[in-house]
Amino acid sequence: MVKFIESELMLLKKEIDEMWTLVYNQLDRAGEAVLTLDKELAQQVIMREKRVNAFELKIDSDVEDVIALYNPVAIDLRFVLAMLKINTNLERLGDFAEGIARYVQKCEEPVLDVELLKRLRLEEMQAEVLSMLELAKRALNEENLEMATAVFAKDNLVDEINAEAAAILADYIKEHPENILSYLNLISVFRKLERSGDHITNIAEEIVFFIDAKVLKHSGKIEEHYPSK
Amino acid sequence: MENMKIDARDVNFWYGDFHALKGISMGIQEKSVVAFIGPSGCGKSTFLRLFNRMNDLIPATRLEGEIRIDGQNIYDKGVPVDDLRKNVGMVFQRPNPFPKSIFENVAYGLRVNGIKDNAFIRQRVEETLKGAALWDEVKDKLKESAYALSGGQQQRLCIARAMAVSPSVLLMDEPASALDPISTAKVEELIHELKKDYTIVIVTHNMQQAARVSDKTAFFYLGNMVEYGETKRIFTNPQKEETQNYITGRFG
Repeated sequence: MVKFIESELMLLKKEIDEMWTLVYNQLDRAGEAVLTLDKELAQQVIMREKRVNAFELKIDSDVEDVIALYNPVAIDLRFVLAMLKINTNLERLGDFAEGIARYVQKCEEPVLDVELLKRLRLEEMQAEVLSMLELAKRALNEENLEMATAVFAKDNLVDEINAEAAAILADYIKEHPENILSYLNLISVFRKLERSGDHITNIAEEIVFFIDAKVLKHSGKIEEHYPSK
Repeated sequence: MENMKIDARDVNFWYGDFHALKGISMGIQEKSVVAFIGPSGCGKSTFLRLFNRMNDLIPATRLEGEIRIDGQNIYDKGVPVDDLRKNVGMVFQRPNPFPKSIFENVAYGLRVNGIKDNAFIRQRVEETLKGAALWDEVKDKLKESAYALSGGQQQRLCIARAMAVSPSVLLMDEPASALDPISTAKVEELIHELKKDYTIVIVTHNMQQAARVSDKTAFFYLGNMVEYGETKRIFTNPQKEETQNYITGRFG
């Protein structure tokens, strides 16, 4: 009995790992596509989104089987529930990558203003989101509470860059009214990255729940439970 | 703690030289269900049987500590054991109806307690069978042998038999382990209902059953009570590694 559930849980973990890698690559490529306005790369991201969706359904179904057949309890139950919720959050990240890719496809500019992108700190924001995703994955693999809680702090930078982007873009549009649409729509890329940060924070909360059985969602108690050092 | 029905204090128990229970203290609240879980030989049934002095019958045993029910140490000299067992009923693993009619099985406890008022006995039998959710199934065949009932019905009859003498505590030693899932569900529903009027202590090897029926769960291992707490917490976030290993099936 024990061996059965162990192998089922390992299988589930392996699938989540693969989903994670897939979604990471999607975000990475979508980010690169924005910076270079590479429409072909954007098209690849859009095509691969179908795989992310199919993977989500597969993992959902496998989680359902594990619960029905093995009645997991305690740490096993928390693990299975965490996988279920992480799966949903990863799928949303996949949606954001696709949304970013669609911006690239619709963008009518041949290239985005490099100086502007530097001021907007878009590349830095993308790197931070990817680094959050990477850190959360390591936290899960190593069952490391400290790493999971470190993800929360990283989200602040993402929020900060997003908050500044609107004003910078507004000024730019005033000065360059000729290509207003492309730059107006660029704000949606920031929104999607900011929401990605939120979903990765959700993932980190699920990892904390799995490891430590504490529910942080909606509690605003992150600081209370895990004060930053 | 308020409304403490059973209060065990530093209970040690020996079968000959074998130290079967090691310093166990626990409180059980009135009108609640407490489940004892743990591997075979961990002491859970031994502990349960102490609550109505069933172990008195086993030679070469020794008890230290106190077990209070309603504030009275049941091992004090002069405690009438028959009265104790009337107050603390027991249901066993295998249904063990007497070779008598359904009616007489339930009436038995009343008759041995000297009650001769047949009208009262009839009324009590009906009340008890209703309480055990068996009345509708047996009301037309009360004179038939109890052996004619299914295993699940026999077990509910045994619960009715224990209830007939108006106990306040019911001890159940794996009451559903010999029953099919439907009968098990009926016994579990019954336990849930009986909680309104009785304090129930149940020993079970079925972890899901413990999770479903009990308010609190105690995990026993090698004669120790490793962990005792709210059932929901024990099954979602046990504090002791041994408990976690046991309930997730990773023991040893």
